Amino acid sequence: MPKIETKNINLYYGDFHALKGITMSMEPKTVTALIGPSGCGKSTYLRIFNRMNDLIDNVKLSGFVLVDGQDIYEKGTKVDELRKNVGMVFQKPNPFPKSIFENVAYGMKVNGIKDTKYITQKVEQSLQQAALWDEVKDKLKKSAFELSGGQQQRLCIARALAVEPSILLMDEPASALDPLSTSKIEELIYELKKEYTIVIVTHNMQQAGRVSDKTAFFYLGELIEFDDTKIVFTNPKNTKTQNYITGRFG
Amino acid sequence: MELPKDIARKKRRNQSIAFWILRLISFSIVGILFSILGFIIVKGIGAISWKFLTSWPEDGMTKGGIFPCIIGTIYLIIGSMIFAFPIGVLSALYINEYSKKGWFKDFIRLMTDNLAGVPSIVFGLFGMSLFVNQLHFGASILAGSLTLGLLVLPIVIRTTEEALKSVPDMFRHGSMALGASKWQTTSKVILPIAYPNVITGLILSIGRVSGETAPILFTVAAYSLPKLPSSLKDQVMALPYHLYVVATSGTHVEESRGMAYGTALVLIVLVLIINLLANWLRKIFSKKVKMN
Repeated sequence: MPKIETKNINLYYGDFHALKGITMSMEPKTVTALIGPSGCGKSTYLRIFNRMNDLIDNVKLSGFVLVDGQDIYEKGTKVDELRKNVGMVFQKPNPFPKSIFENVAYGMKVNGIKDTKYITQKVEQSLQQAALWDEVKDKLKKSAFELSGGQQQRLCIARALAVEPSILLMDEPASALDPLSTSKIEELIYELKKEYTIVIVTHNMQQAGRVSDKTAFFYLGELIEFDDTKIVFTNPKNTKTQNYITGRFG
Repeated sequence: MELPKDIARKKRRNQSIAFWILRLISFSIVGILFSILGFIIVKGIGAISWKFLTSWPEDGMTKGGIFPCIIGTIYLIIGSMIFAFPIGVLSALYINEYSKKGWFKDFIRLMTDNLAGVPSIVFGLFGMSLFVNQLHFGASILAGSLTLGLLVLPIVIRTTEEALKSVPDMFRHGSMALGASKWQTTSKVILPIAYPNVITGLILSIGRVSGETAPILFTVAAYSLPKLPSSLKDQVMALPYHLYVVATSGTHVEESRGMAYGTALVLIVLVLIINLLANWLRKIFSKKVKMN
């Protein structure tokens, strides 16, 4: 069974038709890259899976979105449970103005976990998974704002992992980072793939090529091509895809 | 290409004229403030003494002190803030964090702004008819605090709203994406970030409350009282009203001139102290947000 499946998704911001009949699915423990020029709908599509689009006024959605076979837009869906299961990392690192420890512990606390021993353990484990533990273990009480941008982004990844999601959504997670931090994030994605299903939006073609198993190319709200990354990058079927990845527009 | 000499000269001249006008205006604002302060200090400093601050008025308010007025004003500040601050902050939270875009939100905003534009004497009348008469609080600290609280409610709401608006959405999204509820997000992430600026609203409203005369005229202020209030049902003397009394309607207006300036000086210094205190609090809070 696919981890995530969407069937004939149409999404409108007011009168603007942002997503046009998107049908695709993602297998468990794979990395899927969503690529396409700005405004093509790839970020909007990503935000369907944890219902972040709910936070915007005037959004209309039709079609089916299934996570683990469950329709997540069905009436009675617990959105907080869903968001716990579908973690998200944003374009700009957005740690809270709290300590490093509290940042990672926050998700557990708001989800009702009170066992401090468990929380302490989980904070360490998540920071280790995010390859940040060695850099911060001596300053867990320090403000998260004292970390570098790359470290902050890994902290945000740790924060998402701490609530034990099975899916990780990443919205251009490295676009605000320097090349060294970017490569660290990419290595991390490679590691995390062993346990999580990852969907990543990226503007960086090389990045999509390096980290993903599957690539979906969006253009003007439509899904133009969706296939194995190798095929999309070496032998695309659609000329628009070819033009985009060879840098002829975008 | 170089500009012709006369145009270049004109450009420079206009630039320096504009610059001097702006500088003059800014300086004159500071000047006005300092001349008011200076005037009050020069006229009032003679009246200030330990006795003035700690004793009752004597001899038809020509001698003695203003102790009960200081206490009364402090009571009114505390009373009105206990009422206005939580309600104002919660309304702002509702408007900014919960209500969706649309006519209802615009309507609440419009009404809040209108409330801010209502003359303070009207608040006084309203407070008298509702709190003093209708609800039978009588002229009391309770009635006066509620009236003053209503008066500053729009200030608290507006400044809190601005404070909340200045918190970037990325913090809201970050919290919601972890499965936090709206209330958890608001109380654990957004409010702590907005706190320093929320306190600015508190400062502004305290300044307003301590100086207002009209709203307390019919609801709490007493011409003269023999002892300090002992319950919320009691009246108090208050600095601004006392100033009005001493300056205009006493029996010995000329002789009590010094008392009036002394009262004015105490009022200004009181507000100044509160402002500095709140500013200091604000710094501590913003430091805490950064360090924590």
